[in-house]
Amino acid sequence: MSRIAATFERLQAGERKALIPYFTAGDPDPAVTVAIMHALARAGADVIELGVPFSDPMADGPVIQRASERALGKGMNLARVLGQVGDFRARDARTPVVVMSYANPIEAMGWERFAGEAAANGVDGVLVVDYPPEEAHESAALLEQRGIDAIFLVAPTTTDARMRELAAAARGYIYYVSLTGVTGATHFDLAPVEEKLKRLRKLTRLPIGVGFGIRDGASAKAVARIADAVVIGSALVQLLAEGDAAGAPERAAQFVAGVRQAMDAR
Amino acid sequence: MRMHDLPDEKGHFGRYGGVFVAETLMAALEELKEAYLRCAADPQFQAEIEYDLEHYVGRPSPIYHARRWSDHHGGAQLYLKREDLNHTGAHKVNNVLGQALLARRMGKKRVIAETGAGMHGVAAATVAARFGMECVVYMGSEDVKRQAANVARMKMLGAEVVPVESGSKTLKDALNEAMRDWVTNVSSTFYIIGTVAGPHPYPMMVRDFQTVIGRECKAQMMALAGRHPDAVLACVGGGSNAIGIFHAYLAEAAVRLIGVEAAGEGIESGRHAATLCAGTPGILHGNRTYLLQDADGQIQQTHSISAGLDYPGVGPEHAWLRDSKRAEYVAVSDDQALAAFHALCRLEGIIPALESSHALAYAARLAPTLPQDAIVLVNLSGRGDKDMHTVAARSGITL
Repeated sequence: MSRIAATFERLQAGERKALIPYFTAGDPDPAVTVAIMHALARAGADVIELGVPFSDPMADGPVIQRASERALGKGMNLARVLGQVGDFRARDARTPVVVMSYANPIEAMGWERFAGEAAANGVDGVLVVDYPPEEAHESAALLEQRGIDAIFLVAPTTTDARMRELAAAARGYIYYVSLTGVTGATHFDLAPVEEKLKRLRKLTRLPIGVGFGIRDGASAKAVARIADAVVIGSALVQLLAEGDAAGAPERAAQFVAGVRQAMDAR
Repeated sequence: MRMHDLPDEKGHFGRYGGVFVAETLMAALEELKEAYLRCAADPQFQAEIEYDLEHYVGRPSPIYHARRWSDHHGGAQLYLKREDLNHTGAHKVNNVLGQALLARRMGKKRVIAETGAGMHGVAAATVAARFGMECVVYMGSEDVKRQAANVARMKMLGAEVVPVESGSKTLKDALNEAMRDWVTNVSSTFYIIGTVAGPHPYPMMVRDFQTVIGRECKAQMMALAGRHPDAVLACVGGGSNAIGIFHAYLAEAAVRLIGVEAAGEGIESGRHAATLCAGTPGILHGNRTYLLQDADGQIQQTHSISAGLDYPGVGPEHAWLRDSKRAEYVAVSDDQALAAFHALCRLEGIIPALESSHALAYAARLAPTLPQDAIVLVNLSGRGDKDMHTVAARSGITL
């Protein structure tokens, strides 16, 4: 069983929901990326989404755009991100890691090489923001051959017909985007999310994570009531950027521990 | 598969094109494609476009035989397709008019656009004013500084101009920001992309709206010279004026099609925007095409004296035409474009846009290698009023 499936099985058995923090690899400094990952896992993260910095992050708001710029400024690239996952994996065999990227850095490396190196470094899932299932047949097959889950987004605008297609292509978990907008947006409304998840659940037995617009314990707790996983990105990335890089793992741990506590409180 | 039947139903031109966007936009692109295909088959819609192209834009634009400029080079006869004479001063309006009419059909009251030099932004602001639509134009903050006159023009026309501070603060970043706006306001907003790039159906739709240029040329050249030109030239940034004039000639195998990119300070200097000459395939702004990128797939900064060519990608149909060798792509430096700019001013009394001056510069190089009865047709895609400050600064003229 994959690490992602095992994680969700364990959580479901304990009637707990997954907490999935996202941050951009190499921000605030490549030297602390692996330490941040360990700190997140210790503080209660169930899966870690690691962002690959890109020069043109079209789906991201200002917070993650700046993180991308900072990381690129410090020499990050996709090969280094995969190396960081490998370093993390050497001391944590349990926490799944999902690499989240725009298509072009992967295209530049080549899908064959990417899938191979991702597997060798212990990557569990890959989410390509601008790669809808229509264009993803070959890449998803390459990932599947190596035991890596191809994770897809479902959005509020996704039609039922597309949801069916996405549910068929998806592995690991489905990432539901809670609002129409970019990362870091705050106009989040729970009712329509609940409605959409009901329809989605009829089409898939995969766990469903919800992200975009969740920034603290209270919003995480609210989402945890209707979803299997809660994804927090911009709020964490913002926090990592405020203060010195050496203190970033500790800041990340405190923040995630707080969210974890709020989610687990009955 | 015939070349001019592309793209396929998923928006592919060979291996290029396609739809590479976040899931949130997929439904909107599907809706756009269906609405567009309905309108394209609707004679009423086509009649509306034709009426406005004639009475509002001033089409057909003439073809002018530039005799003094031809004699100056002592070779082929040079003809200019005068897109500079269109309302708003460039070919951009052909496309904007089509998309705005489509937006109106779709019931969208807010339009957004990205712009580099400002010509597409001005065209969008103009047509939005004409149709009573709210208009927001995204423009890199560097370009806002470089193109103050066009910023003023857009504001006068009632558009909101939003300076984009992210990334390289130029056209590609304006496009990113417009996409972010669209993803946020997707139900109320129509995104008017200015070139033959972006996700399907944009490269096809923008091309279709621009093919009026080449269709007119075919008839006009027959009337003027009794035959097709030997070569058709156009500058290529995103590539909309080039596709517009090339497309009608794709099936005429004897007609050479030559796209002219911006070599900036020289391709070897690294400071250029010659995507098809020096780039490699990748994915940006919703489609697979040639890009100027580093080995890690990060998009590189571009340079050109003309803001309208300052773009690290290119329309996917051009990528396909390059690989299939139906069209040739060459590059011309800032200095060569500037020399052609001055020559056309002095010899013909026509002030060309710096973008179009790249095509003129290559025509000037090509003409002397051809016999005197050869015909070279150049798309004069825009006028140069907007470039006064740039040209003056480069040529030691005090304003």
